Amino acid sequence: MAPPAAHRSGSNKRAQLGLFAGYVLAGSGALVGVLLLALSLWSPQTFQGLRMMATDLAAPAGQAGAATRVQTRSVFDAVAGYYDAGSRNAELEREIAVARVRLAEAEAVRQENERLKATLGLARGETGRVAIARLIGSSSSSARRFAFISAGRNDGVTNGMPVTSPMGLVGRVLETGANTSRVLLLTDSESMVPVRRATDDVVAFAEGRADGSLRIRLINLGINPLVEGDVFVTSGAGGMFRPGVAVAMVTRVTDDGAIGQLLSNPAATDLVIVEPIWQREVLEQAAEELPPEGVTQ
Amino acid sequence: MEQLNPRSRSDAYGKKINRDHSPVLVYGVPCLTILLGSLTPMLPVIAPAPVLPPFGLLILIAWRLLRPGLLPLWAGFPFGLFDDLFSGQPFGSGIMLFSLILIGLDLLEARFPWRNFWQNWLTTAAILAAYLSLAALLSGAQISVMQLGLVLPQLLLSIVLFPIVASLVTVLDRVRLLRVRRIG
Repeated sequence: MAPPAAHRSGSNKRAQLGLFAGYVLAGSGALVGVLLLALSLWSPQTFQGLRMMATDLAAPAGQAGAATRVQTRSVFDAVAGYYDAGSRNAELEREIAVARVRLAEAEAVRQENERLKATLGLARGETGRVAIARLIGSSSSSARRFAFISAGRNDGVTNGMPVTSPMGLVGRVLETGANTSRVLLLTDSESMVPVRRATDDVVAFAEGRADGSLRIRLINLGINPLVEGDVFVTSGAGGMFRPGVAVAMVTRVTDDGAIGQLLSNPAATDLVIVEPIWQREVLEQAAEELPPEGVTQ
Repeated sequence: MEQLNPRSRSDAYGKKINRDHSPVLVYGVPCLTILLGSLTPMLPVIAPAPVLPPFGLLILIAWRLLRPGLLPLWAGFPFGLFDDLFSGQPFGSGIMLFSLILIGLDLLEARFPWRNFWQNWLTTAAILAAYLSLAALLSGAQISVMQLGLVLPQLLLSIVLFPIVASLVTVLDRVRLLRVRRIG
């Protein structure tokens, strides 16, 4: 469509001024944007209150959507179930037989573990849970990886708390609103989790790569001991995440570590658990002693 | 005349006598659809990578190309601000990029006043490519220019979706211009 006639000011002084004022307004809008952007890159938490207020207001829509997501997924599952019911059944029975044996083994290991812990006089760390929440949305069109959950300050959630699902670690709370919180997912490029291999003590860092996978960087460089299929769990170093939560499985071995697949894919997760920070006192003490580090957004 | 053809005194937007457009619809429909587009992050899609197109911006561009002069030139500020509240980008990136895009479109229009749909599509594709890569670089994520392939799937999806968004906007434009207000 052609531009309206008002766009061409001609010799009309008033129209010329109006057009000029429009450009000045738009230009200063862009300039304000540059300043705000610089400010929020420099100190990412500046606009936290404003953002979380908006998320709180928009959350009811997200919650309704999250409920639909669970329902639709089970509908698809139900339909898909009819196709391979027979072979599935046989396969499951075989798996159950194996699992029963494994369960017995695990029970034995558990008993031995308790006995050893009792010998050492270690109390079993009670982790507890702060809140159970729904994942109601994510920054699906931005290069950052955030998710929104339906629990906030009113449920006792504070910044830094780990968020887990039954399948493993999801991320940690970054900003809290009254009834919603923003979670930094593991795949965000600012996220870094200390991990170790589940079978032994090969320690590493799991860094987000913003494309859905994790880069596992070994701390001790040397011969790379990783093979495809290795499972990494949190090591508990740093005091934020409790040890032993599943994080990633190695899918490709690289020179200095590996590329890992996230175990608790947030897309397949519906309910998540907000856990308390594992060693809050230690972290607070460390924060007092060290100069404040740059907070990641 | 009405006895011969009952629709003789009406057009696509309703009766022409004694009726007028409603200002609420005329300005409300575009604003509301753009704001709804910016609420995409509240969709129940927990994406492991950037996949969904920036719907707020897509709808804004579609309205701007369909009806020049409907939105003021400074509209990038409020719409960008609202987009920033939800998009996950650092606050201010939407304000800046939306404002620059609207100014750019205005300059482009001074050069090419008459355009066809293919030109509009090409313009949008160029804008989206620039917007997505700049937004990724300014997002505060550790992304270098080499890693911009990350936004390629999102860019392709956005470009492919633009004709659908544009035709949706033309349908909404007919709703917007319905003569629902009774005069006198």
